[in-house]
Amino acid sequence: MPQYIALKDPLRESRIYSARTIGAIILVVGLLAVIVVRYHSLQITEYENYRTQSDRNRIQLQPLPPKRGLIYDRNGVLLADNRPSYILSVVREQVPDLEATLVELQALVPVSDSDLEKFHKKLTRRRPYEAVPLRFRLTEEEQARLAVNRYRLPGVVVDAQLLRHYPHGELFSHALGYVGRINEREVLMLDETQYRGTFHVGKVGVEKYYEDILHGEVGYQNVESNAHGRVLRVLERHAPTPGADLTLHLDIRVQQAAVDALGDRRGAVVAIDPLTGGVLALVSAPGFDTNLFVNGISSVDYSALRDSLDVPLFNRAIQGQYPPGSTIKPIMAMAGLESGLVTPESTVADPGWYKLPGDRRKYRDWILRIRGTGHAPRVDMNMAIAQSCDVYFYDLARRLTIDRMYEYLHPYGFGTRTGIDTTSERPGILPSTRWKREAMAQPWYPGETLSAGIGQGYMLVTPMQLAVATSVLASKGQRKTPHLLQAIDGQPVAPPPLEPLIAKQENWQEVYKGMREVVHGKRGTAKYLAKGIEYEMAGKTGTAQVIGIAQNAVYNEDEVAERHRHHGLFIAFAPIEAPTIAVAIIVENGGGSSAAAPIARAVIDTWLLGEAG
Amino acid sequence: MGDYVRQMPHQGSDDMARPPSAAMRFHIDVPLLLLLMALTVYGLFVLYSASGQSMAAVIRQGRYFLVAYVIMILGAQINLQRYMRWAPWLYLLGVGTLLAVMFVGVGAKGAQRWLEVGGFRFQPSEIMKLVVPMGVAWFLADRILPPRAGYVLGALILLGLPALLILQQPDLGTALLIAVSGLFVLFMAGIGWRYIFGAVVLAVASAWPAWMFVFKDYQKQRILTMLNPESDKLGAGWNIIQSKTAIGSGGWQGKGWMKGTQSQLDFLPESHTDFIIAVLAEEYGLRGILLLLSIYLLILLRGFWIGLQAQTGFGRMMAGSLTLTFFVYIFVNMGMVAGLLPVVGVPLPLVSAGGTSVVTLMAGFGMLMAISTEKRMVAR
Repeated sequence: MPQYIALKDPLRESRIYSARTIGAIILVVGLLAVIVVRYHSLQITEYENYRTQSDRNRIQLQPLPPKRGLIYDRNGVLLADNRPSYILSVVREQVPDLEATLVELQALVPVSDSDLEKFHKKLTRRRPYEAVPLRFRLTEEEQARLAVNRYRLPGVVVDAQLLRHYPHGELFSHALGYVGRINEREVLMLDETQYRGTFHVGKVGVEKYYEDILHGEVGYQNVESNAHGRVLRVLERHAPTPGADLTLHLDIRVQQAAVDALGDRRGAVVAIDPLTGGVLALVSAPGFDTNLFVNGISSVDYSALRDSLDVPLFNRAIQGQYPPGSTIKPIMAMAGLESGLVTPESTVADPGWYKLPGDRRKYRDWILRIRGTGHAPRVDMNMAIAQSCDVYFYDLARRLTIDRMYEYLHPYGFGTRTGIDTTSERPGILPSTRWKREAMAQPWYPGETLSAGIGQGYMLVTPMQLAVATSVLASKGQRKTPHLLQAIDGQPVAPPPLEPLIAKQENWQEVYKGMREVVHGKRGTAKYLAKGIEYEMAGKTGTAQVIGIAQNAVYNEDEVAERHRHHGLFIAFAPIEAPTIAVAIIVENGGGSSAAAPIARAVIDTWLLGEAG
Repeated sequence: MGDYVRQMPHQGSDDMARPPSAAMRFHIDVPLLLLLMALTVYGLFVLYSASGQSMAAVIRQGRYFLVAYVIMILGAQINLQRYMRWAPWLYLLGVGTLLAVMFVGVGAKGAQRWLEVGGFRFQPSEIMKLVVPMGVAWFLADRILPPRAGYVLGALILLGLPALLILQQPDLGTALLIAVSGLFVLFMAGIGWRYIFGAVVLAVASAWPAWMFVFKDYQKQRILTMLNPESDKLGAGWNIIQSKTAIGSGGWQGKGWMKGTQSQLDFLPESHTDFIIAVLAEEYGLRGILLLLSIYLLILLRGFWIGLQAQTGFGRMMAGSLTLTFFVYIFVNMGMVAGLLPVVGVPLPLVSAGGTSVVTLMAGFGMLMAISTEKRMVAR
C-alpha cells in the first residue's frame, strides 16, 4: 500500500499495540522484580540487623536501684532510713529542644546552677533513653505544677525514689556520716553496673565504710515502650537485692546523754564496751544536720559549715589529735609496775618540781602554782594517780626512757589507727627516738622524755585512741578493734580479736585502786564526781596545753582568750569490778578536766542506770 | 471501519448464542472485579492493624470503597464512545479548573491544590489523572498510528499544559504522575523508539538544571534524605529509617497481624496512609508482600489483556495508560517506603487510607470495564 495515502491500518495498529503491551509487561514485571529484590534484601538478607534495630527501638533495659540498707542503734532505734522523694528527670532522646525545655522547667520549679551543672555532666554519660535527674525532692506544689504542664513537655519525667533520711540529723552526724549525690570522681571508682539508677553513695563515716553492704544489688527490667517513651509493659524483671540492714553498737541514749552533757561546747566523747570493743557513743561537737548533704548541700549552707571557727565538719573523735595530758598516767603506772621500776610501795620525793641530773631547769608539777609545794614529801603510786602527781611520773619516765615507754604504751593503741569501721581516722603520735629522727630529723632530748611522761610534748592521741586505751585498761589487757557494727541483717559480726596484753593481775588492781581514788578518794582530782554515785568508777583527769607557757609564767584561766584555754580531758570506766563501759572525753578549751569529767558521769550513768545523770 | 472490525475473525461466535449474563448486562469484568475485591479486603485488614485497631478507620475506608465501587460500576455503564466524545470537553473543563485553582484556590502546607465550590472541597489535579490521558487518547484516536511528529508534539502539549499548571501549585508528584499517564498513551500509540530514547536522554540531561532551578528546597531535601537517611536521623530521615526497620524486621513470616512493634508502638509515621506497606511488610512478612504483589500483577495483566481485546484505538490507549499508571502508583509507593525512591506523596493504590485516590482509581477501573465490554458489545 502506497505510503502517501493516509489510511488507518487497524491490523498494523493492533500489531504495534500488542508489541507495546508486551514491552509494557516486560517493564512492569522487571520493575516489580526490582521491588521484590529490594524487599527480599530488607526482609531476608538484612533481617537480623533490622530485627535487632526494631527491638532496640521498643525494648529498653531499665535499672532497678536497690533499696539502701537501714541503720539501727543497739536498741533497734532507726538512725538512717529511706523516704520516698519525687525526682524530676529528663529523657534526652524524647526532648525535641533541650534548651527550651530546660527554660520551661526552670519557670515551673526552681533549679539551681549546681543542679544544672550536675545534670549536664550526667547527660554526657547516660545510656540512650535513660532518664537523667534534674531536681530532687520536689515539693507537692512543684509536683502539681509539673503534672499540669506535662502534656507539653515531652521527655520530662517525674518519679518517686527512695532517698536517705536521718531521723536524728545532728545527733549522729559524726557517728554515721552521710550519703550524697555521686560525684565525678566517684563515678570512676564505682561499679558502673551496680550503680545504674543509684544517685547516692556513702560519702563519709559508716555510710561510706559499709557502702558495699548497704547498697545492695541492682536489678533490671526490660520494658517495652512506644515511640513517645511511654512504658507499655514489663517484659522481664530481675528484682534488685536490697542492701543489708546494719545494727550498730551505738546506744541512742548514751549518745544523747553525751551530746546533752557537752552542750554547746566543742569536744568529743567516745564510749566503748570493753567486753566487745563495740562503740556505744561517738560524739564530736558541734555536729551538723547530715540531711543537708543528701541532695547536695547549698553553697550557702556549705560555706557556713566549712568556714565556721568551730569546724563542725571535723570529726574530733577520730580526727582530732590532742595531747593526752595526765590521762596517760594510769598507763604509765602500768608500764612502771610491769617493768619493775616501781612497786606500789616505792615512793618519790616531791618538792613540787623535778630536775634532770646536771640540768638546772626545773620541771614543775601543776600543784606548785596552787599550793607552792608538792603533793606530799614523798608520793607513792596511788597518790600519784589519785592526785595526778607530775613529779612521780617525771621520775618514772626518766628511768623508763622514751623508747621503752613506746614499747609499753604501743599495745594500748597509741600511735596507730585503731582500725574502727569508719572513715578518716587519724593515727596520732606516740613519740620515740626513732619517730623523732624520722619525722623531725632531730635527736631526742632527755627533757622531752619528762614531758612525754605526763602526756605532753610530742604525744598526740585521738579521743578514740584514748577510749580504746581505757578499754584495754578496763578489760585487763583484752584488746579489741573498736567497731560500730554489731550485726548485719540481725547476724552478729565482730572483728577478729587482737592479741591480748599480758600483765600481772595485781598490777591492774593497783592501777585501778589509783583510778578509783581519782573519783572516790578524799583528795582525788575528780572527787566531785562521787557525789550520789551508785557504782564504783575508775577515772583519770587530764589537761592539755593549747599554748606553751613560759618557765615562770602563771596560767590564769580568766585571762586567756577562750580559744587559748587548756583542753579538759577525762577517761573513765565502770563499774570497776566488772567494767561494761570505758569512756574518753575531751572538751576543747574547757580550761581543765572539770569540764570533761561530769560528762563521763552523765554518760556512764545513762549506760549503767538507764537514765541521764 | 466499523464493518471491518465486525469481521475480526478471532471474535468468538459463542457470545451470540448465549443469553447475556448479569455480569455482561451490567458491563462488569468479573475477573477484574474479583481481584479488586480481594485487594480491598486485604487492604482493610492491614488498615485495621495500621490504624491502631480502629474499627472507625476501617468503616470510613469501607465507605470510601463503597462509593468507589458504585462509581466504578456506573463508569462501566457508560459507552466508550461517549467517553471519547466527552474527552475534549472534560479536558477543557479540567484545565479551566486548574487555572481557577491558580487564582482562587485554597492552600494548605504551602501548596495551593484545592478548589472550594459550595463548601465542598476538591482537588482538580486528582481528576486530571483520568482526564489528561483521555484527552491525549482522544487526540490520537483518529490519527494514523504510530502518530507523526506533529501529532506527537500536539499530544505533548496536551499533557504538558496541565502538568505544568500542577507543578506550580506546587505538586511535583502529581504533575509527574499526570505527565506520565499522558506519555503512556503516546507509548501505547506506538511512537517510535527514537522518541522514547530521546526523552530518556533529555530527562537525564535536564536533571542538573532541574536540580538547580526547578526543585524547591524541600524536594531536594527529600532526595538527599533518600540517598542518606542517616544524615538526619530524627528529622526527615526518621520516616525512612523507621519504615526500613519495620519492613526488615518483618522477615519472611512477619510478626503477625496487629503485632508489628514498629507500627503498633508508633515508631512508624504515616502508618495507615503512605507508609502502610511497611505495616504489611512488618506484620505479614515477605510472604504478605508477595501475595500483595501477586494480586497487583494479576490486576495489571488483566488490564493489559483488556487493552489487547479492545476494539478501538481510544480504548486500547486508555486501557494501556490506566494500567501503567496504576503500576506507577505501586512502584513509586513501594519503592519510596523501601528507600529506593525519594519520599513523594503517592499512596499505595487501594490499600492506603484515604478517599480521593480510591475514587479516581476505581473510576479508572470503571472505564477499563467499559473498554472490556465494548469488545463484547461490538462483537455482538
